[in-house]
Amino acid sequence: MARELKLMKGNEAIARAMIASGADGYFGYPITPQSEVMETLMAEKPWETTGMVVLQAESEMASINMVYGGAATGKKVATSSSSPGISLMQEGLTYLAGAEIPCLVVNVMRGGPGLGTIQPSQSDYFQSVKGGGHGDYQLYTLAPASVQEMYDFVFDAWDIAFKYRNPVLILSDGAIGQCMEKLYTRDNVARWTEEERRANAPWATWGKPATRPHNIITSLELDSARQEVFNLKLQKKYAEMKEKEVRYEMLNCEDADYIIVAYGSSSRIAMKAMQMAREKGIKVGLFRLITLFPFPSKQLAEVAKRVKGILCVEMSAGQMIEDVKLATECGVKTEHFGRFGGIIPTPGEVLEALENKIIK
Amino acid sequence: MTEEIIIAGFGGQGVLSMGKILAYSGVMQDKEVSWMPSYGPEMRGGTANVSVIISDERISSPIINQFDTAIILNQQSLDKFEHSVKPGGLLIYDPNGITHEPTRKDINIYKIAATAKAQELGISKVFNMVVLGGFLKLKPIVDKQYIHEGLEHSLPQRHWNLIPQNEEAIEIGKSIIEPVQVL
Repeated sequence: MARELKLMKGNEAIARAMIASGADGYFGYPITPQSEVMETLMAEKPWETTGMVVLQAESEMASINMVYGGAATGKKVATSSSSPGISLMQEGLTYLAGAEIPCLVVNVMRGGPGLGTIQPSQSDYFQSVKGGGHGDYQLYTLAPASVQEMYDFVFDAWDIAFKYRNPVLILSDGAIGQCMEKLYTRDNVARWTEEERRANAPWATWGKPATRPHNIITSLELDSARQEVFNLKLQKKYAEMKEKEVRYEMLNCEDADYIIVAYGSSSRIAMKAMQMAREKGIKVGLFRLITLFPFPSKQLAEVAKRVKGILCVEMSAGQMIEDVKLATECGVKTEHFGRFGGIIPTPGEVLEALENKIIK
Repeated sequence: MTEEIIIAGFGGQGVLSMGKILAYSGVMQDKEVSWMPSYGPEMRGGTANVSVIISDERISSPIINQFDTAIILNQQSLDKFEHSVKPGGLLIYDPNGITHEPTRKDINIYKIAATAKAQELGISKVFNMVVLGGFLKLKPIVDKQYIHEGLEHSLPQRHWNLIPQNEEAIEIGKSIIEPVQVL
């Protein structure tokens, strides 16, 4: 597919981007509100065109371990699910991080805890950036706020995943997954040839030539001293991501008296609230997080010095706000506003919260 | 120009596809668009609704709770959304099955007997296009040629033979919509 203008759901954009970005495989298990990802892949039958494998596994645990197996060979492999399914994948994710296997995981969040609701939520922030599984690890976490970003971030995810040998998480929610918007598709990227795969993933298990020792993919180390060296190596990698791979967007922050910090669909609602506030003469800016890990701490701290207050908007009880307060060292009044259980706050409610919690 | 619309009715009335055709027509006319369905438990039987925004500018929130236009196809949806129309806005409803008429005095109200007309003509499948026609008569926010392209992009190619019937239904809708209250 060449560059074309389309109208499609966020979930469909994820699936089409996987095919267009030369993914080798997708393993998944259906769950609302992300079922269109696999539905689209099954309807598109990429195994007949690009050769991409699409398989419905028997569970989310199976999916994530199939990702481990496929990605350990240096292939571009992805899975997707929604909150309860992502919880089931946590063991696999920490193993993937521990074995330094690049891959793509998409979470289209819904309300929790437990089975919760099928409507949009953003209450998986802690799970995503504070280590949902055990051990000191991080997932590079992208938060798309539009259908176009759902599409584009899949392409970006492969670059980061293979550059750092690290799993990448696209953290979306039911609103962006189900919403249809305009989308410009990109030219198809061909799947890697066997030679390209060996060149791009020299560490992977693609067969041992006589010229090098075994490539071993594992997260097990019995020697503590060696494990500590490995832990330090991981931390160095995460520090490099913090240095080089932070992404964010600032709207009207230059002259703002107050800012709203938000990501994903909440940032869209916050953008409308910002416009409403500006119409009333209140100078509000929007600091939109694009990467949740690495968190744009320095950049946010810089803006925070110039404002009188920060409202954090997230469809949760207040998770992201902890990182906002850490970034700004609680130097400015910071409050949280959110709704739960699949209820999406309205722009009017956000503006009201800003006026009542911050401005008053 | 920004037009914020809610289309609401029963599942199976073509609410979501009406929204999609309208949104796709907007895309073809180089507008910014968003289409946000209710996909909750209500979609598994019962009511269905979709918010469509068509604009000349970047759309901030695809999730809105105040509308320029509400297109209402059953009583539950009328009860739910009559009060979400912005003052001075537009309410269009199909009187089929409506027992309590709208009561707002600060909005424009039109009715379109699309269910009855579609049954009479034996075109129940394109009932939603009759309704869309009524809306486009009052708010011609997308041009006819782009509706044609919107239909082409929304329908699978094997159903393109039905496009003329859809376009005819839109014209019928334009001719049967009638004012109830005009400010």
